[in-house]
Amino acid sequence: MSILVNKNTRVITQGITGSTGLFHTKGGLEYGTQMVGGVTPGKGGTNVDITLDNGTTVSLPVFNTVKEAKEATDANTSVIYVPPAFAADSIMEAVDAELDLVICITEGIPVLDMVKVSRYMEGKKTRLIGPNCPGVITPGECKIGIQPGYIHLPGHVGVVSRSGTLTYEAVHQLTTRNIGQSTAVGIGGDPVKGTEFIDVLKLFNEDPDTYAVIMIGEIGGTAEEEAAEWIAANMTKPVVGFIGGQTAPPGRRMGHAGAIVSGGKGTAAEKIATMERCGIRVAPTPSEMGSTLVAVLEEKGLLEKCIVR
Amino acid sequence: MNIHEYQAKAVLKQYGVKVPEGYVAFSADEAVEAAKKLGTPVTVVKAQIHAGGRGKAGGVKIAKSIDDVRTYATELLGKVLVTHQTGPEGKEVKRLLIEQGCDIKKEYYIGLVVDRSTGRVVMMASEEGGTEIEEVAAKTPEKIFKEVIDPVIGLAPFQARRLAYSINIPNELVNKAAKFMMALYNAFVDKDCSIAEINPLVVTGDGDVMALDAKLNFDSNALFRHKDILELRDLDEEDEKEIEASKYDLSYVALDGNIGCMVNGAGLAMSTMDIIKHYGGEPANFLDVGGGATTEKVTEAFKIILSDKNVKGIFVNIFGGIMKCDVIANGVVTAARQLGLDKPLVVRLEGTNVEQGKKILNESGLNITAADSMADGAQKIVNLVK
Repeated sequence: MSILVNKNTRVITQGITGSTGLFHTKGGLEYGTQMVGGVTPGKGGTNVDITLDNGTTVSLPVFNTVKEAKEATDANTSVIYVPPAFAADSIMEAVDAELDLVICITEGIPVLDMVKVSRYMEGKKTRLIGPNCPGVITPGECKIGIQPGYIHLPGHVGVVSRSGTLTYEAVHQLTTRNIGQSTAVGIGGDPVKGTEFIDVLKLFNEDPDTYAVIMIGEIGGTAEEEAAEWIAANMTKPVVGFIGGQTAPPGRRMGHAGAIVSGGKGTAAEKIATMERCGIRVAPTPSEMGSTLVAVLEEKGLLEKCIVR
Repeated sequence: MNIHEYQAKAVLKQYGVKVPEGYVAFSADEAVEAAKKLGTPVTVVKAQIHAGGRGKAGGVKIAKSIDDVRTYATELLGKVLVTHQTGPEGKEVKRLLIEQGCDIKKEYYIGLVVDRSTGRVVMMASEEGGTEIEEVAAKTPEKIFKEVIDPVIGLAPFQARRLAYSINIPNELVNKAAKFMMALYNAFVDKDCSIAEINPLVVTGDGDVMALDAKLNFDSNALFRHKDILELRDLDEEDEKEIEASKYDLSYVALDGNIGCMVNGAGLAMSTMDIIKHYGGEPANFLDVGGGATTEKVTEAFKIILSDKNVKGIFVNIFGGIMKCDVIANGVVTAARQLGLDKPLVVRLEGTNVEQGKKILNESGLNITAADSMADGAQKIVNLVK
């Protein structure tokens, strides 16, 4: 088991004919993801041929609209690599087509575009992950996004993070300790986004195959605090945390649009204090995410169950 | 992106937000000209820098004659203002806003931000104008009123009126205040602002409601559709290294320490600063080279890091996913050779093609210290710059 995506997930790429879309569609195929087609307005009716590292060629159909792509391929998920100026529209198109899941990798979408998207999505069935995120991966089954697949190992620890490379860092620390991951979810670094920490934590809590969770946050906003309170009240599994940006100066945007301490709110110190009060062990440095989890798993008698090789 | 107060007021005026009449001046002569054009008995001379707290720092003067205007303008131009937002080095005043004086009856606060938890734009209002809203929020949060705005209908008149009543705008001026707020919201949305602050909003003796000060911040992700706003950028107000970095699409923030950092990914870049500090060092910068770094980009990143005279050593921390370690290694070697790097360099590589990357560094003949993990690398660079 896993959350959000698995071997049955059927994926289309919005922006498949762009270099980024094409490159990562190939990455998905190499990993074994069921990439079933793509959308680029104006290129409908054509095919993209992708030659894999093993020499075989996969030919994927391209459609003008998401609706057509869904009808023809039976896709239930889309991944978006459309440039920032057009990405919000792409998200809404996927929502309108009633896909189950939309993962938007695009970085740099204007925040007021996302305000409109979030309003548009109210009451709709589709779940959005991102934007400005690395994607979602269920190791050994399905990789949707830009993650380096080979660092992952199938297993029982859920990972949820606002940062891409920090997710890789955490996953790598787990894999080198032979601790596998159930699913790793990058929720993205933008201030207005689809899925939040709590949504993912709920899914991990309900997934019988996830035994523990690593939650990686960063400065800005109060999502980590809200998640910590939710964990204290509801989570039946151990959660280990980390917060990036403990030394970031206030008022400066640290790369991610959402990573900014403003008006004294969103500091790392505040987040860490709330998380610890809510029973989350917080790794003191990013190098210690793996070892902190191991210590907690050991205390809970879960370590052996989490070591998969 | 930030702009000056006088520019913000000009933008707001286009949307019908009432502002005092005024002109920008780059010299004392221009200031005098502006004051003559205004012809008001009282003129305000306001220093234009991208930082708040100008009043307290002596950057705002009330002139009662043309001679006063000349005296104050001469005094302010070229002066370095130190406010709580400029840092101890302060900022040099190069522009002035010459504005009509107002008969202020009372000061209020109006602000607009994008609220993350609701995913909506929120208007905040308070009766405590003139003071910093953070202070009001900390001491008397009950004095801040908020309206969450539906992007489909915008700020509804009833919401604007409700705010106006809540902050005790005089009854007869409530409609004027509501109109002001709705115009402000329209400007905010139309120009893709990330923050708008009117502090203070004033009610005047002759029954006007207007923005005595105005601060607008713009979403840098949306500037592609606002060429007019982009033209208002004042490079004098920005760090030279940050301007250079933005040309190469590198995300760079200058800091006070002596360890230069080059990292891929914003979260990892922030955490690299954290771990340097954890081991007793001080980072000189935040630098995210992004996901698609080329040799050229890495070279430029090195140049920018090294242009900071405080830098005594560099820590490169890369987790290659899409970005391959051999590409980074080549970039590092090329840059180090090209620039004749004579400072300690610690490199931690992990991820795609890591072995090839390490080989390139080892065989380069350069004095590069390899690190096995973030912690290892941070400890090594901290010791090397001691």
